[in-house]
Amino acid sequence: MTVHFCVHDEGDSAGVVVVEGIKAGQTLNGWIMDQDRMIEFPAKSDIPIGHKVAIKAIAKGDTIIKYGVDIGRAVADIGAGEHLHVHNVKTKRW
Amino acid sequence: MGIDLKSATFEGWRRENGRMGVRNHVLILPVDDISNAAAEGVARNIQGTLAIPHAYGRLQFGADLDLHFRTIIGTGCNPNVAAVVVIGIELGWAGKVAEGIAATGKPVEFFAIEQNGDINTIAAASRAAYRMVRHATSLKKTRAPMVDLWVSTKCGESDTTSGLASCPTVGDSFDKLWANGNTLVFGETTELTGGEHLVAARCRTPEIRAQFQAMFDRYQAIVEANKTSDLSDSQPTKGNIEGGLTTIEEKALGNIQKIGKKCTVDGVLDKAEMPTHPGLWFMDSSSAAAEMVTLCAASGFAVHTFPTGQGNVIGNPIVPVIKLTANPRTMRTMSEHVDVDVTGLLQKRMNMDEAGEALLDSIIRTADGQHTAAEILGHREFSLTRLYESA
Repeated sequence: MTVHFCVHDEGDSAGVVVVEGIKAGQTLNGWIMDQDRMIEFPAKSDIPIGHKVAIKAIAKGDTIIKYGVDIGRAVADIGAGEHLHVHNVKTKRW
Repeated sequence: MGIDLKSATFEGWRRENGRMGVRNHVLILPVDDISNAAAEGVARNIQGTLAIPHAYGRLQFGADLDLHFRTIIGTGCNPNVAAVVVIGIELGWAGKVAEGIAATGKPVEFFAIEQNGDINTIAAASRAAYRMVRHATSLKKTRAPMVDLWVSTKCGESDTTSGLASCPTVGDSFDKLWANGNTLVFGETTELTGGEHLVAARCRTPEIRAQFQAMFDRYQAIVEANKTSDLSDSQPTKGNIEGGLTTIEEKALGNIQKIGKKCTVDGVLDKAEMPTHPGLWFMDSSSAAAEMVTLCAASGFAVHTFPTGQGNVIGNPIVPVIKLTANPRTMRTMSEHVDVDVTGLLQKRMNMDEAGEALLDSIIRTADGQHTAAEILGHREFSLTRLYESA
């Protein structure tokens, strides 16, 4: 089975797409690495390889968690399955 | 089971000061920018030599000048270098560089261009270089235990696959090398931003932790003083963002995977400073790839490991740079730049222990003499770090 996205930790906000050509509507196989568990998830956006897919609903202002650690804040609401990147998340540093 | 590092060996050159080198360069080393042409002239005359031109070395002062000398002298001292011809515009600083390198016991001669001109300088320096190539090529390789190999790391053109797989692969091999008693280094001060607390927690003593924190805070103050934005045009880089990295915190957490899960941070180094004991060292450094690898080489590291996501093509003139990636698109489009393919990690075709072993195997083969992708493709990036304006 092809792994479409990887998640570091089950508490993370998003996973990383690890194959090319993911399209909205596609059902994705996700691997949660720390807990070594597979999940299934529908993509709501076209997402390039290396880019992140939100795996839960996130509200504007929420902290984004990856590696179990704070990596920034949402600057827009992000639906589960949507593309999560610089258009909706910013650093809390600098 | 994998490689037993206690019994594994590699074949290289034992230098006069006891350090093991894995390449046998005769270096033509310019002290300053205006001596590049003469240094390159010597390298054209004498086969088996390598000139490393660079952009600086005039009218620097204070800590910035100290760093210049430390980097140039350290490069000459690196055990991958058998002998050095130093060329400067004048004798004073050329002699100072030569004296620093001579402390290792290796052959070094120095030349000045003033009152000689390029042509006479090239002639005299070529004769010295000729003798040095005779000497260097007569040196026999010897077997040495793995513990004698100094290994550095820095990643570049990172993306999210770096943090998922290629950086943890370095981390796995660093955990194994660290347990073996090897001398290791990582750095990239600003690229720890958001994960600095995790590095601080790994420092072996409260003293080392305080030194690390002071270096981190000093670098943050530079960013704060000079920034005109949230740095999202440079950290993460455009390439990082294209690769899916969103914030400096996310980039840093991926970067930090390179120090594995078991290593402690056993000391801190200023730029181009030499470690004084085995263990994992943190070097306060730029995160720019060529600058950081140049500083690692100047600190005496003999092999470099370089995880990449989007495909950094970097090499170094004197240190073999082993590149690894987990990004299948990068493997598809630019595999000639990759030494170790760890894309299997993201499809569960390879586990982390196997990936770490594959990298260790590549490190040993490279030390034994196999050329890296960067060496074959002629990548010899030599970039000096500057601290501030010249006088």
